[in-house]
Amino acid sequence: MSWLSTKRVWRSGLQNFFRNGLVSFSSVVIMTITLFIITSTILLGGFLKYSLDKVKEKVDINVYFSTTATEQEIFSVQKSLEVLPEVSSVEYTSRDQALKDFQDKHSGDELTLQAIDELGYNPLGASLNIKAKDPSDYAGIANFLEGNSTELLSSGGSKIIDKINYSQNKVVIDRLTSIINSTNMIGLWLAVIFIIISIVITFNTIRLTIFMAKDEISVMRLVGASNKYVKGPFMVSGILSGLISAFLIIVLFAVGTFWISVYHASYFVGFDLFGYYMSNFFYILGIIGGSGIILGGFSSYLAAHKYLKN
Amino acid sequence: MIVFEKITKIYPDGTIALNEATVSIGPKEFVSIVGHSGAGKTTLVKMLLGEEKPTSGKVFYESLDINKLKKSDIAKLRRKIGTVFQDFRLLPNKTIYENIAFAMEISGRSEDEIHSDVPHVLELVDLLHKSMNFPHELSGGEKQRVAIARAIVNQPDVVVADEPTGNLDPINTNEIIKILKKINDLGTTVILTTHNKGVIDSLGRRVITIEKGKVVRDDPTGRYVM
Repeated sequence: MSWLSTKRVWRSGLQNFFRNGLVSFSSVVIMTITLFIITSTILLGGFLKYSLDKVKEKVDINVYFSTTATEQEIFSVQKSLEVLPEVSSVEYTSRDQALKDFQDKHSGDELTLQAIDELGYNPLGASLNIKAKDPSDYAGIANFLEGNSTELLSSGGSKIIDKINYSQNKVVIDRLTSIINSTNMIGLWLAVIFIIISIVITFNTIRLTIFMAKDEISVMRLVGASNKYVKGPFMVSGILSGLISAFLIIVLFAVGTFWISVYHASYFVGFDLFGYYMSNFFYILGIIGGSGIILGGFSSYLAAHKYLKN
Repeated sequence: MIVFEKITKIYPDGTIALNEATVSIGPKEFVSIVGHSGAGKTTLVKMLLGEEKPTSGKVFYESLDINKLKKSDIAKLRRKIGTVFQDFRLLPNKTIYENIAFAMEISGRSEDEIHSDVPHVLELVDLLHKSMNFPHELSGGEKQRVAIARAIVNQPDVVVADEPTGNLDPINTNEIIKILKKINDLGTTVILTTHNKGVIDSLGRRVITIEKGKVVRDDPTGRYVM
């Protein structure tokens, strides 16, 4: 399309948008609702991920070493664990630290403390606290430890690992893994369904606005307008509706998330909604702006196309 | 210049709108097509504009077989034929100026041409003072004059006026016919369909009478005889 035709199509589209105030207003309202749903879905997704990450952080497994295991042996186990791709962190607790933690924990319990003192030695072994990147990885890590039993023998031939608490945690970990997976899946489907519904509503609203202009389309064709002259201005109006809606949503959510973060942070159990919005601002701007332009432009294109077919 | 060759049009419901009608129209002619409502006048006009296809027969505009034209070529053909309708068919969201400019824009005319030609043609139909008004602010006669201005602004070879006076009072009817005559005097072929006896009798030009889809009379300086 030449520069002159492009200019004329844009001018005509802008004129139509402002002269059909009520029709444009209703398109903007409907598209704003659609973009609201899309943005809410993005933020909810962020909140869901944050909550699940928090829960995941609470899951771990501990490897308890026998009291005869040397620090060197434990460090070599730690090193072999740290190179595993599934492992997020491995934290070492020495025998002395374990004893100190035990004493701190039972500081009010004289009897227990006395019993430890009377033993005359430290009965507690060192331990490694392992956090996996994903709860489903714990089984693999436990298998790794159990499968490398020869490597995990001390120089004297005795086992250095006393106990791995994976089997005790297994039920909880498995259940959590399945909850996390199904929550993610349900979240995704809900988002897809909501977004499809809102897109269909927007599409129909725009179709309705163009249906009202079908006489106008027939007049344009009768005086010899080519398809681009007929469709173009409708697409421009649609794109403009999308852009205005996107702008409204970006501002609305900036103010809204800020307000929630300041006054109702407790609803989101530590999730900084405004911080999340701002740190993902350009991502959200891209999606919302892009959705607005594509929804407005493409719906108008399809709707106008219908009246140009015959 | 324009030839309708043995045109038959049967609509899907079985109505026969045209029955082997043959009409040929030369350059610079002023031809009136008369007949009762439903006689087939409008169908004939629609075929010239490529809006309807005949069931059988051919329509030629110069050497072009209209039924064989692609959609994009039909759009180009329509730009060469000015059209005026009973219901005006102006674009409601555009001002009078913009309505006329639109016809020039789609023909790819430059902004300079538009700026000079639109006021000129509005002056011709005596509506320059209303160029910034919207169609709904105009009377029926004024709307029809805008439609004529739009039809002639691209200096077409042919102007087709389909019942242009159907919605107008006698004074406005006279006005419109006077303008059409003037256009014809300047060398443009005019095809007028009407069932207004007064208009035909006052013109004294060629009259083609259609009855039940057939051409029943073709008088070079005819009168309205039914």
